[in-house]
Amino acid sequence: MSGALRRIGERPAAFLAPAALVLGVVTLFPIVYVLWLSVQHYSLIGDAPAFAGVGNFARLFADARFWNALGNTVYFTLVSVALEVVIGLAFALLLARPFVGRAPMRAVVLLPWAIPTVVAARMWEWMYNGDFGVINYLAGADTNWLGNPYWAIHAAIAMDVWKATPFVALLLLAGRLSIPAELYQAARLDGAGAWRLFRHITWPLLRPLLLIVLIFRTIDAFRVFDAIYVLTGGGPANTTETLSIYAYKVLFQTLEFGYGSALAVAVFVCIAAITAAYVWLLRGSAR
Amino acid sequence: MRRAGTYLGVLLVAAYCLAPLAWQLVTSLRPPAELTTLPPLLPTQLTFEHYAAVFAGHPFGRMLLNSFIVAGGATLIALAFGSAAAFALTKMRARGFGLILAIVLATSMFPPIATVSPLYLLINGLGLRDTLAALILTYASFALPLAVWVLTNFLRQLPDELYAAARVDGCTPRQALVRVILPLAGPGLAATGLLVFIVAWNEFLYALTFTATERSRTVPVGIALFPGLHEVPWGEIAAASLIVTLPVFVLVLLFQRRIVEGLTAGAVKG
Repeated sequence: MSGALRRIGERPAAFLAPAALVLGVVTLFPIVYVLWLSVQHYSLIGDAPAFAGVGNFARLFADARFWNALGNTVYFTLVSVALEVVIGLAFALLLARPFVGRAPMRAVVLLPWAIPTVVAARMWEWMYNGDFGVINYLAGADTNWLGNPYWAIHAAIAMDVWKATPFVALLLLAGRLSIPAELYQAARLDGAGAWRLFRHITWPLLRPLLLIVLIFRTIDAFRVFDAIYVLTGGGPANTTETLSIYAYKVLFQTLEFGYGSALAVAVFVCIAAITAAYVWLLRGSAR
Repeated sequence: MRRAGTYLGVLLVAAYCLAPLAWQLVTSLRPPAELTTLPPLLPTQLTFEHYAAVFAGHPFGRMLLNSFIVAGGATLIALAFGSAAAFALTKMRARGFGLILAIVLATSMFPPIATVSPLYLLINGLGLRDTLAALILTYASFALPLAVWVLTNFLRQLPDELYAAARVDGCTPRQALVRVILPLAGPGLAATGLLVFIVAWNEFLYALTFTATERSRTVPVGIALFPGLHEVPWGEIAAASLIVTLPVFVLVLLFQRRIVEGLTAGAVKG
């Protein structure tokens, strides 16, 4: 076919152009622009931008609130992603067993993933309510979950785990079902038990997919914004303030576009580093 | 014994996924006086007044319409531009295939917070603040990497001979795409469109930043900023939450298989 096509003369550029234009204007240009903003002294209510050099980043390194937000973000990401992967894997292995009603069950499991994060956060906010919340009622407790500096971040983590675990479970379920059944039958004939089936078939074959799911979830958790914004707004006493929330407040509440953009660039750099680390791991596991 | 265990486990998973939603449903039907009393766990009588209040007291209908226009518009643009790009990459053998795909994928990793400040200035500069167009364009771009990626994986599975035959028969590339390739890519387009629609329907950060009034506000923003004069109107929030979840719920029920296909096409073949 390629001989015939070469003679006709293909012009793929015309078909790539619309997508390239939109991505260029709405995604790539803003990234260059935010880098420029991050080295400016620029407040929306002040004077025109003035070059700041590394001033904003020097301020960032000395900013205790930045380090607090970074710590909160890392803690939130590590704990929620770890729980999501463990629970998601358990769900996937369970749902891979034969049972009647797989299709409706798949719809049920999709639901938490598909509903807006803002809505999920509102639902949990109501359940966490200190006075009339169903969680306190069922637990016989009297805790102000979202107002307590220790509990607030864990409440946010629990909500995130509820919402994201089904996504993990569905992807791992698809991966698990793509493993040929013959492998398990043959191993069972050889007398392998459930643990050895998991250890020597499921785990090694699922691992590459697991890494990809980890990339998706880590990046998503690291940029968490919606859930925290609705649940706590970063409080109490900044104990749930993540990087995205802090950057948003600096940008749109104090209108410091220079420093806020430097914070946004910091999020960007962290995510680039996480992605690079995972790609490196993925390469290693493919070998 | 093992079977019973499986069904018990499946029931527990279902309860895990549904319990918060079920509680929201109960809340939305609870008479106002019973919102602040537990027990009883279940309301003594059901009421629809929270649902009525959502539409009567707030511009909720307008926000629903905004959400539909924005998510629908973004989906159409992402599908049109995404399928053209995927077509060029897979069937027209665009040079630098791997590099282009890598760049597209890399842009999907960009955190929204990193582009929100420059986009805000750009949108303000163009006079597009508080318009639906600003959100449609932003979401289309936000969703394009996903669309290109999933559609590329779908189009790869169509034999190249189809395209070659159409070209030899005298089709221009555009005719070949519209008449031959796209009709065969229906499942891929459906899966991609559903994913993009759900992502756009749920988006919050850009919507919060680029909108100012009900003219362009979408439902997630409306729910996050739900006004309460003296106390938080939990019944109304619950009713509004369920209304905005309903379209997603219907899509999930009807197309669960396609959505999961799209999700796995996005991940597994990576």
